[in-house]
Amino acid sequence: MPNHSNEELVSQIESSNKRKYFLEKLSEKVFLFCSLLSVISLLLIIGFVFYKGTHPFFAEGYSFIEFIFGLDWVPSEDKFGILPMIVASIFATIGALIIGVPIGLFTAIFLAEIAPKSIARIISPAVQLLAGIPSVLYGVFGLAIIVPFLQNHLGLAKGQSLIAVILVLAIMMLPTIVTVAETSIRAVPKTYREGSLALGASPIGTIFKVVVPAAKSGIMAAIVLGLGRAIGETMAVILVAGNSLVLPTSLTDSIRPLTTNIALEMGYAFGTHQEMLFATGIVLFSFILILNLVLAKIGSKGGK
Amino acid sequence: MRKAKDYFFQSLLWLSAIITIATLCIIVGFIFYKGIHLINLDFIFGDYSPSGGGGILPMIVTTIYTIVISLLIATPIGILAAVYLQEYAKQGRLIRIIRFATESLTGIPSIIYGLFGAVFFVTVLKMGMSIIAASLTLTIIVLPVIIRTTEEALKTVPLTYREGSLALGTTKLQTLYKVILPSAMPGILSGIILSIGRIVGESAAIFLTAGTVAAMPENIFSSARTLTVHSFLVTQEAGDIELAAAVGIVLIVIILILNLSATFISKKLNKADY
Amino acid sequence: MNFKKKLMTGIASLSLILVISGCSQDNTEAEPSSGNQYTLAISGSTSVGPLAEKLAEKFEGKNAEVNIEVNQIGSSAGITNSLSGVSEIGMSSRDLKEEEKQEGLAETIIAYDGIVVVTHPTNKVQDLTLDQVKQIFTGEVTNWKELGGDDMEIVVVSREDGSGSRDAFQEIVGYSSGELIRSSIVASGNGNIKTTVAMNKHAVGFISFEYIDDTISTVKINGVQATAENVLQQKYLLSRPFLFVNKPENLTESGQKFIDYILSPEGQEIVSEAGAIRVK
Repeated sequence: MPNHSNEELVSQIESSNKRKYFLEKLSEKVFLFCSLLSVISLLLIIGFVFYKGTHPFFAEGYSFIEFIFGLDWVPSEDKFGILPMIVASIFATIGALIIGVPIGLFTAIFLAEIAPKSIARIISPAVQLLAGIPSVLYGVFGLAIIVPFLQNHLGLAKGQSLIAVILVLAIMMLPTIVTVAETSIRAVPKTYREGSLALGASPIGTIFKVVVPAAKSGIMAAIVLGLGRAIGETMAVILVAGNSLVLPTSLTDSIRPLTTNIALEMGYAFGTHQEMLFATGIVLFSFILILNLVLAKIGSKGGK
Repeated sequence: MRKAKDYFFQSLLWLSAIITIATLCIIVGFIFYKGIHLINLDFIFGDYSPSGGGGILPMIVTTIYTIVISLLIATPIGILAAVYLQEYAKQGRLIRIIRFATESLTGIPSIIYGLFGAVFFVTVLKMGMSIIAASLTLTIIVLPVIIRTTEEALKTVPLTYREGSLALGTTKLQTLYKVILPSAMPGILSGIILSIGRIVGESAAIFLTAGTVAAMPENIFSSARTLTVHSFLVTQEAGDIELAAAVGIVLIVIILILNLSATFISKKLNKADY
Repeated sequence: MNFKKKLMTGIASLSLILVISGCSQDNTEAEPSSGNQYTLAISGSTSVGPLAEKLAEKFEGKNAEVNIEVNQIGSSAGITNSLSGVSEIGMSSRDLKEEEKQEGLAETIIAYDGIVVVTHPTNKVQDLTLDQVKQIFTGEVTNWKELGGDDMEIVVVSREDGSGSRDAFQEIVGYSSGELIRSSIVASGNGNIKTTVAMNKHAVGFISFEYIDDTISTVKINGVQATAENVLQQKYLLSRPFLFVNKPENLTESGQKFIDYILSPEGQEIVSEAGAIRVK
């Protein structure tokens, strides 16, 4: 009798252990599946965009070279060339970087190193907040203030222009750059500064020769993030770009970057036209990829 | 000479900071100046009317719908994915692939998500331009955010917690639910709040997947517009900067509340825990 | 720990409230009549859109069982949507092309509309010939002084490729999309063109009659003022029909009812109030 119950107990424990064991295994599988979902999403996105975007070139006999280097985009006449948009995207992004990066970085250095603590404590969170406000609002500001300013005070025939886009993007990327760069500068150990100061370097010299190089990877990350925001921005840009299909030759030309081409026409495009917008997406995608790779290279070289 | 150089750089730093702060103040000031006189209860809780005037309740409801639906899907998936990456997975190729995918998702511009959503959810899965299509697209957008913040939060849970719990004879799963996840809660919550911010601020992806219907959504299969898209459309279509700014104020206040609650929650929870 | 629990209950109850309020919203809107609402999906031209929205608002007031969803995405897209069944009815502000007719689309003219060339209120040019309009939009004329105005550059604002207004405008004026001056600003929608022109003293664009207000000035074409009367008497050249198109097999009872309502005297009254030109 006691023997019997003992056996029962053992088998009970065993079965409960088995259940536990099974549950553990099952949950691990569920967790794995969840983490694979991001891979699946990425594959789906890339797969769809590439499948749709390459279709005209493989199946419908359109030339990829003519697509990239073509100057005319007239969907109703079956002309799909996106060189003006590629150039517009590059110019707008570079322009925004030239203005936004130095100002953003210097502001980050100021907040982290020079500003009195009481001031930094108010401004840093405020800037952080601004990194979160919808980019559309920067576009609204651009259309209401920058565009009329360019027209009325600088005498441009139309304020919707490359320079307006550059200004809006530069302002938009400022909070991102400041916030990320400031964090990385603050993370540089105190001993670095003390060492440099003890060797007789001036405070400013210490900042530029010691602290900034030490925070290089974080600063690089800030630039990449700002860059990503600038090249990918769509709705704010639509409002101030003018969306002309002209190859930009001056800051006052109105432009149509890659992103706005997609957003403007996706609503009513179908057939080949729609597929060409996906092809535009592929070009945009490749840009982001190349830029990230280049900057990662620069970053790692600098690190050595 | 060196003094002059130092002085130069110092003034450069001051100048940059002043430019940044002044620009940002001007933008926020501009939005409040233009929009504040439109803000009242009727504006926020009134129904929209195409014949002009009216409120933004439909857009607020749409925004809430997209937030709730995308978080309902993304939060559990994101947390469990992070748990796998931090607590279960062994280093290897699979992990590298998963991490690479998560990071790549973060870098994709939202217009590409919009393209994808407009074909995959709207056309292939036949959801039509709808809140659900937009929410699913947003789910993919915020998934990496939740995974990453949860991972960071899990990293901060001391190893001793796990060891202590396991030593008491609990299973890994029990340890996870009773010990690890509760102590990682502040980090997870701030990740969720970050995601809400991202959803509220998103425009291009929603524009292409939810459409632009300016009416109270009947259900999640209706086409509708969120606050941010509304702000864009009234600027573009009607040139109504004041209305756009008023919607902007609502958006800024929402973001402000989100930020404050993130700080508050993480402070409070940290105190409660340690 | 306690706080955490409170927080969790807070979040849970909040989301519950949201869900419930979402549901009750639906209930209050469905009004007394039968439970389920039918959603009538309409999409297409941004020129027809505002009119369709006004008609829908009135129609829904009388027919609580129908909910009309108007998506303004451009004529071509609306026609495609009605062909593919995404929308029950498509709105077009241009005539159907041959190949579109062959796919078996039925069309109903719900109104006529004029397209008006608009400039900044300070612009002195008040009258253009159709040929001059063509020269402006193809870039042959680039300065207002050549047209009797001030010495300043002309900034052309056009609708996007695929817009019904643009197709109709180009067809009447006589130039093709490829001939449009490249530096023209492209605006996606009538409202957008109006805003852009109203903000820029150099600009010229074209919009539908419904959008005319005092922020812009209208230009006579061949000496004829852009008015509904002149369109009806066929003196004013820039006019086109507003169409509702649908596949006959897709049209539901509610859809038919809405079309009938628009063509009724009451519906046509709304048409002329909205600034379009009545059919009857």
